[in-house]
Amino acid sequence: MPAELRPAESHTSPVTRHASRVLYFPGCALKDQAQEYERATLAALGKLGYKVEELPRWNCCGTVYSLAQDDLMRHVGPVRNLIRVQEAGEEKLLTLCAMCYNTLRRSAEFVKDPESLRRINAFMDDEEDYRGGVRVLHLVQFLAEEIGEEALSQAVVQPLEGLRLGAYYGCTLLRPKEIGVDDPDRPEIMERILQALGAEPVLFPERMECCGAYLTVTRPDVVRERVGEILLSAAKAGAQALLTACPLCKFNLEERRPLGTPKIPVYYVGEALAWALGVQEIPEELAKSQAGVIR
Amino acid sequence: MDEVQVKVKPEMVTVYIMGQAYQVPAGLTILKALEYAGFRLVRGVGCRGGFCGACATVYRLPGDYRLYADLACQTTVKDGMYLAILPFTPAERRPYDIRKVKPTGETLLALYPELARCVACNTCTKSCPQRLEVMDAVQAALRGDVAKVAELTFDCLSCGLCTMRCPAEIPHYHVWQLARRLYGAYLAPKAEHLHRRVREIEEGKFKEELDRLTSLTEEELRELYKAREIEPE
Repeated sequence: MPAELRPAESHTSPVTRHASRVLYFPGCALKDQAQEYERATLAALGKLGYKVEELPRWNCCGTVYSLAQDDLMRHVGPVRNLIRVQEAGEEKLLTLCAMCYNTLRRSAEFVKDPESLRRINAFMDDEEDYRGGVRVLHLVQFLAEEIGEEALSQAVVQPLEGLRLGAYYGCTLLRPKEIGVDDPDRPEIMERILQALGAEPVLFPERMECCGAYLTVTRPDVVRERVGEILLSAAKAGAQALLTACPLCKFNLEERRPLGTPKIPVYYVGEALAWALGVQEIPEELAKSQAGVIR
Repeated sequence: MDEVQVKVKPEMVTVYIMGQAYQVPAGLTILKALEYAGFRLVRGVGCRGGFCGACATVYRLPGDYRLYADLACQTTVKDGMYLAILPFTPAERRPYDIRKVKPTGETLLALYPELARCVACNTCTKSCPQRLEVMDAVQAALRGDVAKVAELTFDCLSCGLCTMRCPAEIPHYHVWQLARRLYGAYLAPKAEHLHRRVREIEEGKFKEELDRLTSLTEEELRELYKAREIEPE
């Protein structure tokens, strides 16, 4: 495990931890545009024996990490969520949305600086002080590092054999590298998970490229160009479907396709998990390519 | 009998209204203090019972950096208070046809895109005289949970203090009103029995009986009333 993923050692508050209890931060998109991601993942984690509990009274993660120098105000939202974790007596927070992961994790890092922590606590006089030490982790880290590939593959009841799946990381899972879920230049964490689920991971050069993100609003032409490159790269490598952890990436990959782009479907990584664990059916468009596989 | 004159000197406090010092009896509400000082209020005053939300006001206390917000009819004066008269909260209500909008987060965001600027600072919650969880309602709106917004803001008076204090410039009370209307129009369970009864009335089920009653003289009505069936105690 990389050093930055290890839990912070100083945490003096009393903590009631149950091995199977996981506190989870959904984020706005998973309650609205990306409900299928939440549904599939929660069903799958339940099948793995986890009691996934939604963080009480969570608020928006902050969506985009602020790069302004005087950005205290932008950390208030994310840190308030970390206080909710503290109130719930936990020290770990699971995220599914890549963007929520990025914002929450970076804010958790930001308040490791004592002066920043003091200032933000002074501002949030309506909450108990944040004491630090909450560990924000993403689903793919949870699967690969907390559960582990071996245990994961043992839980598979419907192996994704014969499926050539491309993991599309995008930006927010990998960058900046201090908070990346894996090496930002050569990530393999999602591929390892796909392998454990029985699928054939397809590596393609554009899998860490930016989809264009919020330019989708003001410059859809730029996003179309990027999406075209990503899909072409995935198709050339032989991917039948792409997997993502980001609702905005999924939107762009689906809705900003230039004409004539390879028709590769896009799913959430939690959906592939749900197929393999047998809590959801493999979609027909993929299942038919599995037909020839000899088990 | 001698007339007894009771002279109780009320304890007085000093308040500053629009920068001018006034002596007013302690224990008055801000609203009454303004009137005691001679202001005649025609705007920014309403029910005087804490229900209409018209008298939202802000004030400061000496030596305190905070800007406080509350209803003028519900808050008693404190010595050294700085008061101002606010006629209303300017906020724009966007036009919509309730029959043509859907009860979704997209509707809320399309009409009030300011919602997406919420940074979860909680200033709105801190300024609410009804002690509502205002920020939680903004968050519920952001994730498209219209029913939750309606529930959390049921007791909103539309006083506008949250709107006045919000750094994201969200016109909260207009959003809440829209959410409650959407809830009422699309999400609340339908009162089938009410529709049934309205149908019965329209079909004339009670017409005969009502016609009979309206044709009676006052005397006959009194007799009928006295002879009415009363539930046993």
